[in-house]
Amino acid sequence: MEYFNIFIKSVFIDNMIFAFFLGMCSYLAVSKTVKTSFGLGVAVTFVLLITVPVNYLIDKYLLSPGALSWLSPSLAGVDLSFLSLILFIAVIAAIVQIVEMVIERYSPSLYNSLGIFLPLIAVNCAVLGGSLFMQQRGYSNIGEVTCFALGSGIGWLLAIVGIAAIRERLRYSAIPPALKGVGITFIITGLMGIAFMSFMGIKL
Amino acid sequence: MKKFDLIKLPFNKENPITVQVLGICSCLAVTAQLKPAVVMAISVTVVVALANLIISLLRNTIPPRIRIIVQLVIVSTLVILVNQVLMAFVYDVSKQLSVYVGLIITNCIVMGRLEAFAMTNKPLDSLLDGIGNGLGYGIILVILGFVRELFGRGTLWGYPIIEKLGLYNIGYENNGFIIMAPMALILVGIIIWIQRSHDKELQEK
Repeated sequence: MEYFNIFIKSVFIDNMIFAFFLGMCSYLAVSKTVKTSFGLGVAVTFVLLITVPVNYLIDKYLLSPGALSWLSPSLAGVDLSFLSLILFIAVIAAIVQIVEMVIERYSPSLYNSLGIFLPLIAVNCAVLGGSLFMQQRGYSNIGEVTCFALGSGIGWLLAIVGIAAIRERLRYSAIPPALKGVGITFIITGLMGIAFMSFMGIKL
Repeated sequence: MKKFDLIKLPFNKENPITVQVLGICSCLAVTAQLKPAVVMAISVTVVVALANLIISLLRNTIPPRIRIIVQLVIVSTLVILVNQVLMAFVYDVSKQLSVYVGLIITNCIVMGRLEAFAMTNKPLDSLLDGIGNGLGYGIILVILGFVRELFGRGTLWGYPIIEKLGLYNIGYENNGFIIMAPMALILVGIIIWIQRSHDKELQEK
């Protein structure tokens, strides 16, 4: 039940976009049509699902204070947590590269639809943010971390597909010229965020 | 391009947030109060300026195929330094900023300026461009932080200004909604609206 709770919480309440504004750049740039935004959303979910658990293991067995004690008891006092930023981003960049090569090899059709987005994901704040929140919130085991990563990814997917669907309809409405494009997208995202605030406090 | 333009343009016509639409995440998340907004603006300016300078010095030696990873390594080293300095000197603010200091690494302004400017320009120009873009980002953060703290909490830099003016006695109330997350998005939308109705060139289509 705890797993399900974490999953629901990270999809709706701690939504990456509406509560923490992570990944806004690609969210604003790629949300012009539902099809491409769905592709990007799936890619982000996929990368989060791999990188966050890997970074959890790195954090637990290499970086956090006293983590190296499994190697030898004399290393129990070592605290490498200041290195976490550079290691996390290196892991993310490397995994994105590997995922890209694997998909290209085994599923050319998926590669053609996701291909252009994958390199972008290495510098998507939602992916690094997922790892940093995982470190900050102190989840107790890898199952919880995986649920959190999956939930965050799906929450992001939900947000970007939602805004893309609205933007497709917006083309036919009379918007003040100064608000066209980015301006109205910001305001609509704000309104969607208000709607998502109603999930606050729900506990399963 | 004149050197002065490199600093001046990002304030209005090439503002990183309202025109280039880069670096939105941190801009919205840290501006519930003025102090973290100012600290964040300074940190980003330092990182963009130095990263621009270093990449520009190295630009002829970096193989194009691996440039992203080289940029990421340099930027994350700078961010770790900034993070350590913040933790040492302004610990409370660094707690408030939480993950968003680390997220300067993936701040699109940093990567965007490195790719678009520092890879092809001389070190001094790149340094100025970095400072200009950092400050252009900072000005939006300060405006947002000012508005949200003043109307949301009735304080400025922690100083209870509304209470001192005695506005509570005549029935004024803080608008608590403005410090919530969605209002930040709507405020940025309004800033873009104001800027683009003044400057018709920036309007889309």
